[in-house]
Amino acid sequence: MADRYIEPETPELRARWGTFAFTPEWEAKAKAAIARYPEGRQRSAVMALLDYAQRQVGEETQTQGWLPIPVMEYVATYLDMPVIRVVEVATFYTMYNLVPVGRYHVQVCGTTPCMLRGSDDIMAACKARGMSKGHTSDDGMWTLTEVECMGNCASAPMAQINDDNYEDLTAERLNHVLDELAAGRTPKTGTQEPGRHTVEPLGGPTSLKEMVGENHDYRGEW
Amino acid sequence: MALQDKDRIFTNVYGYQPWNLKAAQARGDWDNTKDLLARGRDAIIEEMKASGLRGRGGAGFPTGMKWSFMPKEPNPSRPGFLVINADESEPGSCKDREIIRHDPHKLIEGALVAGFAMGARAAYIYIRGEYIREAETLFAAVQEAYDAGLVGKNASGSGYDFDVFVHRGAGAYICGEETAMIESLEGKKGQPRLKPPFPAGAGLYGCPTTVNNVESIAVAPTILRRGAAWFSSFGRDNNKGTKLFQISGHVDKPCVVEEEMSIPFRELIERHCGGIRGGWDNLLAVIPGGSSVPLVPAAEILDAPMDFDGLKALGSGLGTAAVIVMDKSTDIVRAISRLSYFYKHESCGQCTPCREGTGWMWRVMERLRTGDAAVEEIDMLQQVTKQVEGHTICALGDAAAWPIQGLIRHFRPELERRIAENVREAAE
Repeated sequence: MADRYIEPETPELRARWGTFAFTPEWEAKAKAAIARYPEGRQRSAVMALLDYAQRQVGEETQTQGWLPIPVMEYVATYLDMPVIRVVEVATFYTMYNLVPVGRYHVQVCGTTPCMLRGSDDIMAACKARGMSKGHTSDDGMWTLTEVECMGNCASAPMAQINDDNYEDLTAERLNHVLDELAAGRTPKTGTQEPGRHTVEPLGGPTSLKEMVGENHDYRGEW
Repeated sequence: MALQDKDRIFTNVYGYQPWNLKAAQARGDWDNTKDLLARGRDAIIEEMKASGLRGRGGAGFPTGMKWSFMPKEPNPSRPGFLVINADESEPGSCKDREIIRHDPHKLIEGALVAGFAMGARAAYIYIRGEYIREAETLFAAVQEAYDAGLVGKNASGSGYDFDVFVHRGAGAYICGEETAMIESLEGKKGQPRLKPPFPAGAGLYGCPTTVNNVESIAVAPTILRRGAAWFSSFGRDNNKGTKLFQISGHVDKPCVVEEEMSIPFRELIERHCGGIRGGWDNLLAVIPGGSSVPLVPAAEILDAPMDFDGLKALGSGLGTAAVIVMDKSTDIVRAISRLSYFYKHESCGQCTPCREGTGWMWRVMERLRTGDAAVEEIDMLQQVTKQVEGHTICALGDAAAWPIQGLIRHFRPELERRIAENVREAAE
């Protein structure tokens, strides 16, 4: 199991987050999420609501967001479920941040398929910039985490930074992405390999070549 | 003969063309779905059975048979559910992501067809939390299908009411296990349930439920359109159809590609991946089906057919067809030890053999990696993997044990060498 710790409850924490409530935008999303489940099964929406709450906290703190205890309590009340059941969910799933994180959460995949393609270099590049695993940089910009397989194995190695994936990385390409983010720009997402579109073999697809140029309908050849 | 483009199901797998409904329809999706449903539940299930499609999520259970386990007579107080497993988290697997972000309408149409065939009221697509942009695409595609009347009330004009919902996970490998997925959908920790009762009897909210992989569902409409005989013309007996292979690691050109089942390993790599990095003599070993299956040494895999039975015969498995290739530069002990760390990280903590065993096995693997272990510990580790395997509620314990067993079976001399030389300093 993953080692995870909750940010301790303090008077300051409660003072800051005790009055947390969804903004109208997030509330609308929360209501839509609850409507996806049968009557009386609103508890199923707890994962979605925790995500929305974390994102709202992120907006308010200019970070990726996290889940202070009072926010978990708010979600529990919203869904009419015991607080402990919400805490269980928040601590079980690794995408819920239990402690404050930085503006950008750099999640480098280190599982074997990425490792074989050089994730050590990616991790080293992050460390060379002063990041350290499990910590947030002093300027509040970067939190570094080594994560488990992110399902981008055919375009490894990769890192997920907040909501976007950056694939086919090298130390140099990652540095470029991080520089762009630091400068407030929006770097290209997806594969960083020049000339590669998504997960086709580098240099062009070995199958379905018609699809490159047109939305080919193969039914005529059936 | 090579699989021809016209026989590929996922024609937009690389996303050169838009995923949206209009483009998908131009490629042949949602083409008179009403007629497919008009064949009736039994005829659809029979066709799926005849096609020989085996589940694409790893276990390879016949899909048509799975659908037939659902109750025949609808009971309004206990509606049936189809849960689609898009929690793709097996290291090496990256195919469902391509379906969801580039061909989502194949999945949504498949959900309707499959849901209708099993008499389900709704489908929940459980997509892993880390697929953030992919989930955005899927939500948008489902909305398109609702707006066009393809799903929802009187879905596709069939007279059948069927809803499709998307549920996002939040980062837990274990939720790919079907009963853990159901727990998670109910808003709980994703800890697997004991079976029986099986989900087809009592699953989501205690109602009859079938859990299928994304690929199994997404190929269904094409199989029905082209017929079971077409699908079963590919692959060896008991291993029919086409399949998305995902090749990662030390090949020249890693990729995802749809090929026919039973394609020999060498042909797969030569045709689509530009060969092994450094040439065929440089191949060390292959994990042919995602991290949970034992590795296969180079000599044994070269001409092996990539299918369920062919890889089982080598003491491994097809799994999700996630092919992880390792050349001779690989620190093989570290590669497997990193998988042990993965299972330690992802154990849900419910069963003691897995919760304690995964951490224990990883720690011993690390000492074997650095050569700090004693030779007897190799046998001890083997024994412990046998004590974890088969003694847990779900298969995560087995999945943690098998890669280590494969390593010991095929690379024992390397483990002994490291201990003899105590290679710690070299490894650090």
